[in-house]
Amino acid sequence: MKKLAVIAAALLLAPALAAAQDLLVRGARVHTAASAGTLANADVLVQGGRIAAVGSNLAAPAGATVVEAGGRPLTPGLFGGITQIGLEEVNLEPSTFDAELKLTAPAWQHMWRPEFDVTPAFNSRSIVLAVMRVEGVTWGTIAPLAAGSVIIGQGTAVTLDGRTDAALPGSQTLFVNWGSAGHNASGGSRAAQYMLFDQAIREVREPGSSGAAALLLPEGRNALKAYLAGGRVVFHVQRASDIRQVVRFATARGMKPVIVGGSEAWIVARELAEAGVPVILDPLQNLPSDFDKLGARFDNAKLLHEAGVRIAFSQTDSFHLRKNRQLAGNAVAHGLPWEAALAAITSAPAEIFGVGAARGRIEPGQVADLVLWSGDPLEVTTVAEQVWIAGGAVTMRSRQTELRDRYLERLRTGATD
Amino acid sequence: MRTVLATLASVLATACAAQSQSSPETPLERAAEQPARAPFSSTYAAAASPPTLIRNATVLTGTGARIDGGDVLLVDGRIAAVGQSLSLPAGATVIDASGRWVTPGLIDVHSHMGVYASPGTNASDDGNESTNPVTSQVWAEHSVWPQDPGLEAALQGGVTSLQMLPGSANLIGGRGVTVKNVPATTYQAMKFPGAPHGLKMACGENPKRVYGRDGKFPSTRMGNVAGYRQAFADAQDYMESWKEYDAKLARYEKDKADGDEDATPPKPPKRNLQLESLAEVMRGNVLVHNHCYRADEMATMLDVAREFGFRIAAFHHGVESYKLAGRLAQEGVCGALWADWWGFKMEAYDGIQENIALVDAPEGGCAIVHSDSEEGIQRLNQEAAKAMTRGNLAGLSIAPERAIRWITANPAKSLGILDQTGTLEAGKMADVVIWNGTPFSVYALADQVFVDGVLLYDRAHPAAKPRSDFSL
Repeated sequence: MKKLAVIAAALLLAPALAAAQDLLVRGARVHTAASAGTLANADVLVQGGRIAAVGSNLAAPAGATVVEAGGRPLTPGLFGGITQIGLEEVNLEPSTFDAELKLTAPAWQHMWRPEFDVTPAFNSRSIVLAVMRVEGVTWGTIAPLAAGSVIIGQGTAVTLDGRTDAALPGSQTLFVNWGSAGHNASGGSRAAQYMLFDQAIREVREPGSSGAAALLLPEGRNALKAYLAGGRVVFHVQRASDIRQVVRFATARGMKPVIVGGSEAWIVARELAEAGVPVILDPLQNLPSDFDKLGARFDNAKLLHEAGVRIAFSQTDSFHLRKNRQLAGNAVAHGLPWEAALAAITSAPAEIFGVGAARGRIEPGQVADLVLWSGDPLEVTTVAEQVWIAGGAVTMRSRQTELRDRYLERLRTGATD
Repeated sequence: MRTVLATLASVLATACAAQSQSSPETPLERAAEQPARAPFSSTYAAAASPPTLIRNATVLTGTGARIDGGDVLLVDGRIAAVGQSLSLPAGATVIDASGRWVTPGLIDVHSHMGVYASPGTNASDDGNESTNPVTSQVWAEHSVWPQDPGLEAALQGGVTSLQMLPGSANLIGGRGVTVKNVPATTYQAMKFPGAPHGLKMACGENPKRVYGRDGKFPSTRMGNVAGYRQAFADAQDYMESWKEYDAKLARYEKDKADGDEDATPPKPPKRNLQLESLAEVMRGNVLVHNHCYRADEMATMLDVAREFGFRIAAFHHGVESYKLAGRLAQEGVCGALWADWWGFKMEAYDGIQENIALVDAPEGGCAIVHSDSEEGIQRLNQEAAKAMTRGNLAGLSIAPERAIRWITANPAKSLGILDQTGTLEAGKMADVVIWNGTPFSVYALADQVFVDGVLLYDRAHPAAKPRSDFSL
C-alpha cells in the first residue's frame, strides 16, 4: 500500500516531460504536414527544442539521444481542437469548471463581456492534459463556453506540455455564438444578433452612444476594439445562410472570421474559399441534429477542401481530444485526401490560430513537437509510442495508465474483486 | 424493389377482392375475424429475398471463429450455411467478396434513437419521463418516432438491431424495446419478433441530481437504493395479490364445475402498470439494463437483484467495470461499455481504455461495445477496434474474431435474442454485413447490409438506401 502511495505521489510530482536535449529520430516515415509531404525514410534532428534539420543520413551531435524509428511514422504534435481542456477537471462538477461566466445581475452583464478571457484559469497541471499528451496531442485551443451569450469571451491556443505559461503568442481569439447557438442571448431571434453586435461596435467607436442601455463595459469596449482591427473571431455557426451572412458582416466590420461547426459550410464552399475564411469542423457530424444542420453530410470536409477552403478538425469535448485523429481518419474514409486530413489536425489549425510559424509542421525552425506512431497515425488501431514537446520527451504515463496497471496486476494475480 | 411493388400490388388486389365479396359487417365483427395479436406486439415481417451466396470473404462468425476464404449462404431470410466452397443453389445471387470481410449484423444494446430523435427539438424530447423516480410503467416504444434519420445512418454503419431505451433520469426509467433496423411507418413493424422487453434502471448521479435539485427524493445514493428496493418490495406485494386472486379463481372454477350455482367469481386486483413491469422482471420475462458507472454501485445493484431474486442482464456505461470484472463474469452479467469515454462527471473519472478488454478477459466475461450516441452507433466497429488495440497492448491477446463478439453475439445475448441473431450460424436470421476490408479500421465502410436476407443498404447504389420521411 505504501509502495502504491509512493508511485501515485511520484506521478503527481513527476515532470510532464524530460528536459529538452538534442535528439535524432532516424529512419522514420516523416509526415511533414508541409509542402515536402511525406518522406518515406528520413531523419529529424532536434536541437535546443527546435527542429534543426530534416533529411537523410543526418549525423547525431555528441550527446544527442538517438531514436531508431525503423520506418514508423513521425508526425507533428497533434492539435486537440477547440475545447475547455485545463478549464475543467470534471465536467459536471461546478467547482472544477471555469469556462462559463455566469454573472447574473443584470442579465446582460454576462452576455456581452468580450473582456472575459479564460486564459488565466488554465490549469497546466490538470490530469486531463497528461491523458491527452500521451496520445500525441501536444496543443489545442481553449475557449469560453456559454449558451446564453452572443459574444462569449476570449481564449487562446495552449501547449499541453505542463508549463505554467502555456498560452501560445499570437493566438488570442474572440468566440461568438451565431445562428441558433446565440438564440437565447439575442431575444429569441438570430436577426437580433446583427442588430446587437452593431450596437456593441458603435459603443466601441462612440462610447456613451447607447446611454444607460449600453451592452459593453469600458473593458469590454477595449477588448472588442482589438478584434475590429483584423482580430481573429471564431463564430460558432452551422446553417449555410447564417455562414454567408456572418462572413459578410464580420469582414465588413474589420474582423477576421473563422467558422466553427459549419455543418452546412459545403453549400457556401466557394464563397468561403474566395473570402479566405477557414472552417473548423467535426467530420463525424453527418446528422440533422437540429434545424441549423439539415444539410450535414459526411463529405463536408472533402467538398470544402476541393473548393480550396482551409479546414481543421475539432470535436468539442475536453475529455476526447485524442479522438481528433479518428475524426481525420473518417474524413479520409469519406473522400478527403490523407495529407489534407493530417494537415487538418496539424498545420492548418496552426495557421488558423496564428501559430503556424512555430508549430504544426516538421520543418527546420519549428518547435519540436513530434509524435512517433506504431502505424498509420490516422488509424484507430495505431497508438502514439513516444511524444516530444519542444524537444522534451513526454513521460508516457497518466492517471489512466496507473489505473490500468493496478488492475492488470490484480487480473494476473487472481485477486478477488 | 420490383418484388416489393409486385407484392404490394397483389396485397391490394386481394384486399379489394375481399371487400367486394364480403357482406357488410360491423367493425367489431371484422376485428374479431383477425388473428389474435397482443397489443403493441411485433408486426414485423421480412420481405422476400432471393437466395444469396457471399463468396470468398474473411468471415468472422461471431462465435469466435474466423474463416479465411469463407462463404455465407442466405436463403429465405435465414443463414443456410457458413463454410468454404459452398455450392451455389439455383437462382442464387452471387456476391464476390474477395478481399472483403463479412460479419454478423451489428447490435447496439444502448440507443436513444426514436425517443431522442434527430433533429433534437422541444417537441420530440421524449426520452425521460422525469416526473417521478420510478416510472417502470412507461414503454420507450410509445415515444419512438420511426422516422428518426439516425436509423438509416446506423444502418450504413452495419447496425441491424438495436435496443431503444428510456433515459437515465429515473431510478427505474421504463421498458426498452428491441427493434430490427428496418424502415417502417410504425414501431410495431420494426419490433424484433419475440424479443423480451428491457427495463432501464439507473444508478448514481443522474437520478439523485434530477430529483435532489428540487429537494425531492432521491437526493443521495442511499436514497437511490431505497427507491429501487421499495419499488420491488411493492411489486412483490402486487404479485402476492395476484397469486391470491389466482387461487380464489381456481377455487371458484372448481366449485362451479362441481355444480355450486351460488359460486361467485372473485374480483381481480386492479392492474398496476408500474408494478407489472417489475413483476415481469422478477418472473424473468423482462431483462434489466442498468446504467451504472462505479464498481461499488454495481456490487450494490447485484445485491439488490439478489434480494429480490432477479438478474441484471447488463451494466451499461460501467466505466469502472474493469475493477469488478471477475465478479461480473462469475455472475453472468455483461458490461455494455464505451471504448474511451471518461471524465465528464465524477462517476466517470476512473474510465480507462482497457475497460472492455479487461471485462472480456475472465472466463465467462461478456463485454459489449455500446454507443448511447447517434454518432457512435454509426461506428461501433471502430470503437471495438480501439478497445481491441488497448487490450492487445496490455498483453491480453485479442483477435478480431474474438473482438467482433463485443458488437454482435454479446449484445444479442444481453438482449435475449442470441438464439435468433448475433452470429453467422445456420438457421439464424440472415443479418449480415459485408465490409470493404477489416471492420477494425478507421477506413472501414459497410459495403452491403442485409437484414433477414434483404439487402437494405448497398454502398455502390446509394440511391437505393432507405431514407426516412424526414430526410426527403
